Formats: sequence, C-alpha cells, structure tokens
Amino acid sequence: MASAPSKLYADDVSLVVVLLDTNPFFWSSSSLSFSQFLSHVLAFLNAILTLNQLNQVVVIATGYNSCDYVFDSSSDLNRSFENGRMPVMCSSLLQKLEEFLIKDEQLSKEEPEGKIKSSLFSGSLSMALCYIQRVFRSGALHPHPRILCLQGSPDGPEQYVAIMNAIFSAQRSSVPIDSCYLGSQNSAFLQQASYITAGVHHKPQNLDGLFQYLMTIFATDLHSRSFIHLPKPVGVDFRASCFCHKNTIDMGYICSVCLSIFCKHHKKCSTCGSVFGQAQSEAASASDKKRKTPET
Amino acid sequence: MASTHVTKRAKYKTTIKDPGTPGTLRMTFEKILFVPHNPKSAGKLDVEFRYIKGQKHTKEGSNKPPWLNLTNNQNGSFIFEFENYSDLQECRDFVGKVLAKGGEVSEKPTVAYPDEQLSAAEMELRIKLLQEDSELQKLHKQFVLSGVLTETEFWATRKKLLDREVSKKTKQWLGFKSAMISDIKPSTDGRTNKVTFNLTPEVILQIFAEKPAVHRAFLSYVPNKMSERTFWTKYFRAEYLHSTKNSIAAAAEAAEDEELAVFLKQDDILASEAQKKIRRVDPTLDMEADEGDDYTHLPDHGIFREGNKEMTESQNELYKRSLSQDINRHAAVVLEGRAVDVELEDTKAVAEALAQSKQKSSNKGESDGDISRERLDRLSRMTEIEDLQGPNTLPLAPLCIKDPRDYFDSQQANALRTSGDALGGIEQIKCGLSTQEVYGSLRESISSIKAMGLKEPIVKPEVAHQVFDALTNSISNTKYHIGKNPQESVLDRLPRKTKEELLHHWTSILELLKHFWASYPITTTYLYAKVNRLKDAMSNIYPQLEEIKGSVPSELRHQVSLLVRPMHQALDAAIQHYEASMQKRSAQSGERPNGYV
Repeated sequence: MASAPSKLYADDVSLVVVLLDTNPFFWSSSSLSFSQFLSHVLAFLNAILTLNQLNQVVVIATGYNSCDYVFDSSSDLNRSFENGRMPVMCSSLLQKLEEFLIKDEQLSKEEPEGKIKSSLFSGSLSMALCYIQRVFRSGALHPHPRILCLQGSPDGPEQYVAIMNAIFSAQRSSVPIDSCYLGSQNSAFLQQASYITAGVHHKPQNLDGLFQYLMTIFATDLHSRSFIHLPKPVGVDFRASCFCHKNTIDMGYICSVCLSIFCKHHKKCSTCGSVFGQAQSEAASASDKKRKTPET
Repeated sequence: MASTHVTKRAKYKTTIKDPGTPGTLRMTFEKILFVPHNPKSAGKLDVEFRYIKGQKHTKEGSNKPPWLNLTNNQNGSFIFEFENYSDLQECRDFVGKVLAKGGEVSEKPTVAYPDEQLSAAEMELRIKLLQEDSELQKLHKQFVLSGVLTETEFWATRKKLLDREVSKKTKQWLGFKSAMISDIKPSTDGRTNKVTFNLTPEVILQIFAEKPAVHRAFLSYVPNKMSERTFWTKYFRAEYLHSTKNSIAAAAEAAEDEELAVFLKQDDILASEAQKKIRRVDPTLDMEADEGDDYTHLPDHGIFREGNKEMTESQNELYKRSLSQDINRHAAVVLEGRAVDVELEDTKAVAEALAQSKQKSSNKGESDGDISRERLDRLSRMTEIEDLQGPNTLPLAPLCIKDPRDYFDSQQANALRTSGDALGGIEQIKCGLSTQEVYGSLRESISSIKAMGLKEPIVKPEVAHQVFDALTNSISNTKYHIGKNPQESVLDRLPRKTKEELLHHWTSILELLKHFWASYPITTTYLYAKVNRLKDAMSNIYPQLEEIKGSVPSELRHQVSLLVRPMHQALDAAIQHYEASMQKRSAQSGERPNGYV
C-alpha cells in the first residue's frame, strides 16, 4: 500500500525507526566499544525527539539469533524506569536491550566454524516495515517515516532475497532507508538499500565522532532533504547473490520468468519451475548473461 | 501496345518559368534522351532511368499545358512540355511501366543470397514502420543505405514488429449497405415506352440474399432454361408489375408465364424459414422469433407498398407485397452480414457460393436431436428451485506451499570468501571468544553505561569539528561531479545533443554486434563478406566516440569516458574475436584454391 500523501501538521514531523546492530561477535572485535556506541546513539535519539515535539522514534535491535523492539517513544511504559543519572527514555531502552540480549543468547546454538557471523538484518528490516505500515493505516495524520540502519556486521548472502524483497517494498511505500555502516569493509546490501529507496548511505571515517555524523547526515527530515545537500556515494555495489548457493556473484544466469539469479546453468528454475531451453552457443553472447555495472 | 521506346516532340524546361527548349524526347527502357532541335543550345539531357524516382503531370481537364515532371534521386526535376495530352499520356504510361519494372530489381546484387521478393504490402509496412519510429529510421539510414547491412538482414531481426503491424490490420468484411438498393426504381424514358433498370453485381448479391426464392429460381433456370439476361428481364417485369399496384394484371401474367409467377408470388422459402424459427423457440423466453414474425399470412398487416391501403380479393393476395415485409427482410439480411466473399462479376458463381453457404449453415443447425437436448438442458437449468437443491460442494484444489525454509536458509557451501572480490573479501570476524563470552561482554557494556550514564562529553569538540569539516568538504566536492539526486544519471547532465549521440551510438553498436555475433561460425562466403563489412563499420565508430569525448566540457569528460568504456569493451571484444578467427582461417587455408587470404 503506497503511503497516502499525509496531511501533516507540519512538514518535518518524522518517525525514525532505528535498527541497532547488537551482533555480539561484531562488537567484540570492533574498534568502537559498545558502550561508546550506545552513548552516541542515545544522545542522537534524544536530539531527534527534541527537533520536533511530534517526532517519534522506534528502536529495533538486530540480534544474532532474533530481533525485537526495544524502544518506542510513543508508548507510555517508560515511566517505571526512573534513574537519576540519565533521561528516562535511555534507561528504559537499556533495560529492554539487556533483556533482549539475554533472550538472544538463549537462542544460540552450535554453529559450524567459519560461518560469516552476520546479524539478522532482514528480520529487523521486515519488522520496521510492518510497524511503518501500521502507522500508515492509523489515519491521515501521521509523521513521515524513515528507517535508519546502524549496521556493522558483514552481509549474510543467505539473506539476499529477503533483504531485496524488503527493499522493494520500502521503495513501493516510499520509505527511505538510510544506512550508516560501522564495520571495516563495505556492505553491498546497505548501499543498494539506500540507493534504491532514495536514502542516504555513509560509512564514517572517524568512529569517535559518530554522534557528529549522525547529527549532520541522518537527523535531516525528509522534507528538508530537498534542499539540504547530503553526501552521496561515488558508486554503488550492485552485486547480487545467487539463489542456489547464496554466493555473491556479478555475472550469472537469470530466469526470464521470475528473474531468479543462478550462478550455473540449470535445467529448471527452482523458484518458478519453468524449464530452460538449450544453452545458447557462444556466438549469441549478450542475451543470456547479465552484467551489472554501476552508473549505466 | 508494348513499345520499347517512345519518341515525341517536346520542350525541356529546367524550371516551370523556363520557356523551354524545343527538341525531341526519346525514352527507352534504360534512359531518357533529349536532343534539342537547335544543336547549339545547351539543353541536351541524357539521364538513366535508374535515377528517376517518380513522375508528376498536369491534369487533362485543367487549363494547364501538358507537362510531365520527372523527379530524380537528388530531388532535381526534369519538366517536359508536350504538344498535346495524348502524347503526355503515352509518355506517362511508358515511364510508369519502366519505373514499375525498375522497382522490382534489387539494388545490389548480393553474392549467394536469394533476392527477397517483396510484395507491395510488405514494402508499405516497412515504410510505415520506418516513418513511425525515428530511431529505427536512423539506424536504417545508417546501415542499410550505406551498404553495411542489407534490407533482409535488417528486417530479419524485426519480424515481430512486422507481424504486429500486419495483425493490426484486421480483415473486416464489408457488410451490405443499409439502404435498400434492391428496391430499384427504374428510369423511365419519356419518349419511348421503355423502362430501364440498372443492375450491378452488388445489387445481384443483395437480391439473392434477401429473396431466397429468386435465388433458387436463378440456380434452377439459368443457364438451362433461360439466359441470365432473360432471367433478369422477367424479374424486373415482375418488379414493374408490383410497382404499378396492378395485382389483377399481375395475376393474369403469372398465369401465363410460370417463371414470372415465381417472382410474383410470395417468397415461400422465407415463409418456411419463419415457421421453422417459431418451432425452435425456447419456452424460457427467447425473443428471437414468435408468431408475429410470420406476418406474411396475416391479413391487412402493415403499410402496403406504394401507399395503397385497399382491400382486395383473396385470390390476388398472393401477388401483393407489403413494405414492412421487405424492410424487415432487408434488415435481417444486412445484420447477418455478408455470407460470401466472392468476386461479384460472375453471377452464377455468386449464386452458387451463396447456396453453399446456406447449406453449410443449415447443416450446422440440423441435428435436431442435439438441439432438443440442449433445450431441455437449458430448460432444467432455468427452472431450478434453489431451496430444493443439495449443497454445492466444489472440489477443493489442494494447497501447495513450498517450504520457505529452503528459500531463505542455506547451509550448503556458504562461501567464505566471495569470488574475485575487489574489496578484499568479506570481513571475517575473528572470534577467539565463545558465544557466552561475547554476550557477556555486551551485557557488561550495558551495565556500565547504566551505572555511569552517557559518555561525557558525547563527542569531543575537536573530533566533531574535524568530522564536520570533512563532511562539508566532500559534499561540496561531489556536488558538482555527481549531482544532488542520487538517482540522477550522468546522461541527464550532458548537453542534449551529446546525450542523443551517445544513445544513438549505443543502439547502433548493439545492432552491429547483434549481426556480428550471429554470423559466427562463418560457413559461407556471404557471411564472410558480411562480417568484413560489419568490422569496418565498427572500426569507424571509434573516432566518432573520441570526437564526442572531445566535444564535452572538461568536467564532464571523465563521466563521458566512463559511459563510453563499455562500448569500447564490447567493440574490442568483437574485433579481437574477428582477428583471432582470421588468423585461424589463414593458418588453415593454405591449400585452398580460392582461399580468402
């Protein structure tokens, strides 16, 4: 359901759904410690809430085995977590986060060695989209939603299909996905997500100043983005993963019926069941292969 | 009159205003030769017919002098003024003949490929497609007219387009006119006592369709008992008698001439058809036919023809005809449509074709058993009492949902390193610690922050300043290179002409590559020649691309070269392949007598 043009009370009311990466394996080896990270993020969330009285913030934790909502600024359950040292909202968030981590740990099982330790990004993205859909259906007067992903874990190629589906549905509902990548390599999924949904992607150079990055780039509401310049990536990594082995590939075979991607020639498409014809001779080159290049 | 040449006296004018040089015009199949009477004047003309594209001429009825204007390929024209219109006509016919002949021969005799026999319709279709799509036209002009590809090859890959055009032209049959042309009013000649009826094939068809008795009579009488002319004479005599409202005379004549009687009687075939229709009426309310249709047997029904409302004795009733009957019958026939699609010239053929089609349609409705069963079925369906029906359980199709887990999970061969990853491989998180430990450390961080509060200050001022500076710098740098909108493409920021040229080059490169790769492996000399042509055309594109790069302002040059790079790569791959295959060929073809080396 595309978002109805909301009759806003003001142009810049926003709902920010923050996807927080709580993959313990990543945080244990990151240069930025988790507590520092949390300080930056909590201050940032507070700042968003002060930008406009009607702004809302929702935080979803992306764990290793599960995802869950850990904070919703519009709910009234924050009262009970009074703590002298910090604003109420922070303490409630931290409390919930801790509970989430305990639950997540209980769900962990024996993993084979060498598996990429990626977080369940597809899960939290889907949860964010569901929440946003509910907001859309809540009435004509609702804030402009957007999603902010704070990810550090590497991409899990087995989540490619689910993430792409989520990205396309976000595109369809005009929900921009901003992403801030905290890891050391590059994340193709995050780049594609921001590119396709017209969001902003940035990889901070200096993680000590994370708060400054967040405030400069990601605090801008959607209306202001039409006249505020935000950093643009030079190129986007459009590589896909194949459907059969979940490897990242940049040249492969496509089923012309359902557009599933395969790295090797198959007789039959495993998604839609259509039968492929004979392999073309080498002479008919370009029709069967697909090459994605940036900036076509 | 087949003449191989035409010689006429004419004046040659270069423009319309030019008074014209008098001389002799001689046209043969190959060329046009004009020799002026005065050998000193400069109007001699010797043009080959190959270059003549078309001809125009002034009309005979207008006040203009008889001129013939021949246009040539370069859009020049040669105007000849003749002495009279008959000369002009002769020359025109001759030129028309030559042009028609010339159009059939293909321009370039190709080596081993058969010439394509194009029908006029095909040519029209292609021309229409070219006119509609300017991209296509540009490609066509670039490749076919310069000899790189032939027409056949160009259109061979576009069969779908052509087919689509053809199917758009639906074959519609023209129906009958709604005006009652079978109701012919004769033209009377005041002086002699003759009455003339005009009969055209269209009218004949309509008469046969509307009056099946006449049709039957035609089939049986002609050509056995009487000629066609006699038949129609009798028919029109009957018409005339009807029109004179003289039913008594009609009865008298009918008694004399039995054939005439056929035309004067009521149409019994129609009557029987009407009765058949009534019998087939569905009791579940079919408005098709009811008793009222059989109005032929009802007395004083409707407006009589020629406005006559008199009642007459019953014996003459047979010879009366009422207007409403005719109109209804005509309407029914028009709505049915044209049942035959035959050349209308031959009446006998038309009659037979009509009879055949009637036979077919009656056969279709024939099997009474089927019809009555169908009616019974329909009756039972329509008179269902819903309350008394049993429950309607439809058979359920079994639900087949694939297990989503095979879709999303995959434990098989999860690559540790991605293949050929320019970014150096996905980060492998070194995990010396066990799961418990990592979770434990996370929870510790949370407790510490809960105990101590947020970091103070959240961010150091110098760090913040640095970050801010770096960000603003990079934003202002890239703004002019990449543009504000992440979705905006480089092409939009190029000047329009450059963008169009680049896009055109893309499509033409694709076209060339399509034909190039399709010609491999080379098996005939034709393909060999074609590949050579294509390779030359491809090599010509490189300098054009360089030109484009040079014409663009310097800040966009890098972007343009990025865009042009894939074109280069594709062309390079093709030319490499070509050269490799040439080498192989020359290595192999040592002993070939007509080697291509």
